[in-house]
Amino acid sequence: MGSYILKRLASAIPVLLGITIIVFLIMSLIPGDPATAILGSYATPENVEKLNRDLGLDKPMVQRYFIWLGNMLTGDFGRSFSLNRPVLDEIVERFNATLVLAGTSFLLCAVLGILAGVFSAARQYGWTDKAITFVVLIGISVPSFFLGMMMILVFAVNLRWLPVSGMYAIYGGGDLPDLINHLIMPALALAAVATGVIARLSRSAMLEVLRQDYIRTARAKGVPERRVIMGHALRAAMVSIIPILGIQAGFVLSGAVYIEIVFQWPGVGRMLVDAILKRDLLLVQGGVVFVAACYVLFNIAVDVAQSLLDPRIKT
Amino acid sequence: MKLLSWSRRGLIAAAGAALVAGSLAAPAIAQTPPDVLIVGQIAEPKSLDPAAVTAVNDFRILVNVYEGLTRYKSGTLEVEPALATSWGISDDGTEYTFTLRDGVSFHDGTPFNAEAVKFNFERMLDESHPYHDTGPFPLSFFFSAVQSTEVVDEMTVKFTLNAPYAPFLSNLAYPTGLMVSPAAVAKSGKEFGRSPVGTGPFKFGEWRSNEAVVVERNDAYWGDAAGTQAVVFRPITDANTRVAEMLAGGIDLMVEVPPTSLGQFSGNGFSVAEQAGPHVWFLILNAKEGPFADKRVRQAANYAINKQAIVNDVLEGTATVAAGPTPPAFAWAYNEELDPYPYDPDKARALIAEAGAEGAELTFFVTEGGSGMLDPVPMGTAIQADLQAVGLNVKIETYEWNTFLGEVNPGLEGKADMAEMAWMTNDPDTLPYLALRSEAWPDKGGFNSGYYANPKVDDLLESARTATDQDERARLYREMQTIVQDDAPWVFVANWKQNAVTNDRVENFGLEPSFLLHLQGVVKN
Repeated sequence: MGSYILKRLASAIPVLLGITIIVFLIMSLIPGDPATAILGSYATPENVEKLNRDLGLDKPMVQRYFIWLGNMLTGDFGRSFSLNRPVLDEIVERFNATLVLAGTSFLLCAVLGILAGVFSAARQYGWTDKAITFVVLIGISVPSFFLGMMMILVFAVNLRWLPVSGMYAIYGGGDLPDLINHLIMPALALAAVATGVIARLSRSAMLEVLRQDYIRTARAKGVPERRVIMGHALRAAMVSIIPILGIQAGFVLSGAVYIEIVFQWPGVGRMLVDAILKRDLLLVQGGVVFVAACYVLFNIAVDVAQSLLDPRIKT
Repeated sequence: MKLLSWSRRGLIAAAGAALVAGSLAAPAIAQTPPDVLIVGQIAEPKSLDPAAVTAVNDFRILVNVYEGLTRYKSGTLEVEPALATSWGISDDGTEYTFTLRDGVSFHDGTPFNAEAVKFNFERMLDESHPYHDTGPFPLSFFFSAVQSTEVVDEMTVKFTLNAPYAPFLSNLAYPTGLMVSPAAVAKSGKEFGRSPVGTGPFKFGEWRSNEAVVVERNDAYWGDAAGTQAVVFRPITDANTRVAEMLAGGIDLMVEVPPTSLGQFSGNGFSVAEQAGPHVWFLILNAKEGPFADKRVRQAANYAINKQAIVNDVLEGTATVAAGPTPPAFAWAYNEELDPYPYDPDKARALIAEAGAEGAELTFFVTEGGSGMLDPVPMGTAIQADLQAVGLNVKIETYEWNTFLGEVNPGLEGKADMAEMAWMTNDPDTLPYLALRSEAWPDKGGFNSGYYANPKVDDLLESARTATDQDERARLYREMQTIVQDDAPWVFVANWKQNAVTNDRVENFGLEPSFLLHLQGVVKN
């Protein structure tokens, strides 16, 4: 197992290197440079040239790439010029916020999705199944940002039950209940689509298991239905559900970008969108590499978990 | 059956839990506290170092924390004393001597004096200054005419310019000229922009990244004390969310309300403020090549476009029709005799026929959005339709803002016949000097992307820049506006009225033509 994990980690290195090259090239080659973004209407060629020099962007591209990569390997992600602070400080702070949101959302969609799938499968073609399928289809079909806006309109503007946006109240907040208050709507909106997908796929995974002989045997032996479903069937179905969870975790993380903008959640997705519009090269590059690294590590963790659950996977 | 009953129990339990959570949650949404004004901003500030920023969004915070030597008189764009109480200008217009206000201290307790002024300008302009590395200072060229800053005595400072430069006084009132505490810069270095120290009616409290910038009343302020104990600036980048926060009571004051949302704030506990400012939205026409090289076709475009309809229907009345290159907000320099080109498609068709440009194919650069660009895509398509109606076939090419600037600023030659553009400036000199002179063609480092050239306009702008008498400057600008309107290097479309919404707990709020947000006098109940 140890060597399997090491092997997987080693294979992540070229992936991450590739990501640094791609994100660096994209940011360097898209039209519009940081100086133009900063100066706006005042971007004369002369001012742009001077500011680019001040920002250290007058060096050849290859040289800039290696300087950036070298610094990053020593833990120096550079300084964001649109926020005027170290890139790494900003990323870590924002990534925490994203983890809170995406983590909550992921838990919600995993629990709700699997439960919905199990109930659907246990009552195949019954009214429970039909009702759940209906709700799940809506969840899959409604874009999360639209769902988020509607939730704001109903629960924040009209009913005033929940705050519109942000992570903490500006005054008198900062504790856990305050965080939960701010988290409810964005976490649900972000979980909606993934819940739907997980529910659909768990349902088919469950149905497949429920047709197996040993389930019939268990029922014939008189094992209570609840234990047949939750104990025997779900346990076997988890092997095919877990990789789905892995994929959906990535989906939740990337979907957080929209939700963070709608709910003004101070996360890494909103940071990246702002940074791209401002051509904040180091912040975009650092942010993408950081998120990509987390995603790669998470996938390795999922693979390892699966190999633990299913001894047939060669390690 | 067991499973089903379990699920019903589960549902009931879940519903109960939700209700409890809801009732727990509800009281937690406190109303915003009295005496603290919460402002919805459009973005996180880049920095609170006035020399380092360029965005109006950041200026809105800065002008409450810092002051400059001069400022704009309330309700106008004319300059009045601030940290300087008076000044004298040498006859040749190259020496400005300022007497500074006595007894002013920075928030850190250090005195404001001539040394501090010298420090501020040298930090920005002198690359060998020990704190020049706290930059970059993108707008330092506002003061590129300053050759030297000299301390005459404790409370007198003298600037020597390399040539007469009349906009100097109004540039001093612009946020780039706000005075920072030298001691604080020495202490914080590159981090000064996150712990700012000025002399203004509010002092810096805290900056919670992506949540809020808090400024607090400066009890040691030399002038009238601020009307609120604190102001909180919240960055809310999404316009819909900003509107929702305003409706839900999460913020007290919101700037840049989208035109289509204004209706939601009419009556019922909100008031809307509007103020025309030094903004002009125009189309750059390529006067070097193609159909617009002919003045008659350029005038035809001005007649053909229904500006009133754009202003009323696309912009929902948040702008007025522009008559010429200078916005009316520069009241002292504005030519009142100019009337906008009327909407007259027949005259446009006649002029186009005269020039033999019927059916011409035109390329039109449109942006998706950008500083001061209002609603550029719908405006662009309305313009396209109006020009189509008089027989000009317009092909739109749309670009994201930074890409757009990268295409337009180097000049339209070989790429396009027309492009959208908008400017907000602080002096009537700035825009025409940078964008209408023949010496300001892109290859010479200017913004005259349509290659307009008229020697008479060049002369007028040079003389207006060096004349230190304001009446003389005004006369020159008025004459320039008449000529430029007739030459039609641009289609003059709109002057934006900035807007803001406050709820009924806010009193004494008003907008300024400078687009700056002065909150000193505002009271929150």
